[in-house]
Amino acid sequence: MLKGKVFKYGANVDTDAIIPARYLNVSEAAELAKHCMEDIDVDFVKRVKPGDIIMAETNFGCGSSREHAPLAIKASGISCVIAKSFARIFFRNAINIGLPLLECAEAVDSTQNGQALGVDLASGKIKNIDMGMEFTTEPYPQFMAEIIADGGLIEYTKKRLEK
Amino acid sequence: MTLVEKILAAHTDREKVNPGQFINVRVDMVLANDITAPIAIREFGRIGVSGVFNPEKIVLVPDHFTPNKDIASAEQAKLVRQFARQHGVNYFEVGEMGIEHVLLPEKGLVLPGDVVIGAESHTCTYGALGAFATGMGSTDIAVAMATGEIWMKVPPTIRFVYNGRLPKWVVGKDLILYTIGDIGVDGALYSAMEFTGEAIDSLSMDGRFTMANMAIEAGAKAGVFYVDAKTLDYIKTRAKRPFSVYEPDKDAEYIKTITYDVSAIEPQIAFPHSPANTRPISKAGNIKIDQAVIGSCTNGRLEDLRFAARVLKGKKVHTGVRCIVIPGSQQIYLDALKEGLIEIFIEAGSVVSTPTCGPCLGGHMGILAAGERCISTTNRNFVGRMGSTESEVYLSNPAVAAASAVAGSIISPEQVIGR
Repeated sequence: MLKGKVFKYGANVDTDAIIPARYLNVSEAAELAKHCMEDIDVDFVKRVKPGDIIMAETNFGCGSSREHAPLAIKASGISCVIAKSFARIFFRNAINIGLPLLECAEAVDSTQNGQALGVDLASGKIKNIDMGMEFTTEPYPQFMAEIIADGGLIEYTKKRLEK
Repeated sequence: MTLVEKILAAHTDREKVNPGQFINVRVDMVLANDITAPIAIREFGRIGVSGVFNPEKIVLVPDHFTPNKDIASAEQAKLVRQFARQHGVNYFEVGEMGIEHVLLPEKGLVLPGDVVIGAESHTCTYGALGAFATGMGSTDIAVAMATGEIWMKVPPTIRFVYNGRLPKWVVGKDLILYTIGDIGVDGALYSAMEFTGEAIDSLSMDGRFTMANMAIEAGAKAGVFYVDAKTLDYIKTRAKRPFSVYEPDKDAEYIKTITYDVSAIEPQIAFPHSPANTRPISKAGNIKIDQAVIGSCTNGRLEDLRFAARVLKGKKVHTGVRCIVIPGSQQIYLDALKEGLIEIFIEAGSVVSTPTCGPCLGGHMGILAAGERCISTTNRNFVGRMGSTESEVYLSNPAVAAASAVAGSIISPEQVIGR
């Protein structure tokens, strides 16, 4: 069970907001994480604690293909991102590097910034601990579940190549 | 099957594919740049294969922070250069380098019927050639470099029909901005956009590249055009390998068909901070600008420079405006030079840069300070995209950007030409 405080954002959070291009002259996750969300939430890096959860409206991660975006989020300590929908390149990048994403409009609508959430990835259950509410998301399609279970696309590919 | 479904099916062992299916697809070209390749190279190393699947089907283009802007970006470019030499993949050094999505079609590296994946969101540009091309991340590119295959979910297709004749000064950029303004930045999320209609038939290849390029700004996985005489003429001197031309079945299933009459469309301006925040130029109001950028993978082609030159010829860039012109490739630079376009730009008081993505993503060569406004032919105007989070970017076609550079505020080319 993942547990953490919610950092809630609006619709169309783009990858320039998640990690501005001026920091893309490096590719180390820990270095990128120092500037995560900087242009829309200056204090994010100071306040985020391991396990915390990002929540957003629709189309989270739109814009560029930079894998630096999910890498920065993951290295900042965020345990998963819950949104009403995700931009598609961001979605596959996150799956490929092992950053869990959940689509759940009800949970987003019923949760306030700063509230405590518990997330069980295996069952797709999201608990709003402060409000005593529970939400269920669609499970991942089997193909994606396998990539996640293997620990990302590289490990998944290694296993297939060994066969 | 739709055009996209046909191309994808041809790259699997299946007879037919359906939207929503997860498939493994064989790829014809794999692309990365100086920002995304370093992570792809690192992840490639973790897979543990001895080499790439086929060096001829991989291309690395250092175009974002090149010619390198600082030590850190030079180190990244060095890593890419070393990997390219070690594995013998296609590679374009500064001097041959162009903006990747301008360069690859020009060099004949992407052709009709191809499946192309790139660690760059505007990889969808090659849909203009009747190819299936889509942006992915660095890890995807690492796996494709190792295996020649990648996983995909077959997208449903939305059909866009553009009827009527294009009014003066209305080009591909305006059609795609108008479309994004209509459907929103997630209006085609996870879907493919198929562009057709009489206005598309009459659209130049450069105009089609611009439209396909910005399919991603509507959230689309791809934006595709049918192959016609213009496509075949474009690739005639460029293709160095066989290719396949696909067309949709008569009974192809679309999730939606959206029809526009282009004869009523004006040049479009996307206001801050979203490509969907569009207004016709007649409703732009009086927006003073500090900078104009003409270039990028969206609008850095020869036709774009010709439109800008038509407006700038014999004119002077307004005092207090920096006008930055960036040809998309060395060939375009050279062609523009021979045609006298570069002379027009310089005499008008513009700077002309070597090909680079530079200012589009706030990398270098035209970063904005707080409070500054830029009209730009690029593709995104998110908060902080071109510099300070307190700066603003307005997206337009090249003629409007050039006219605005002369007037010092956003204006129609017609009003400048007549002066």
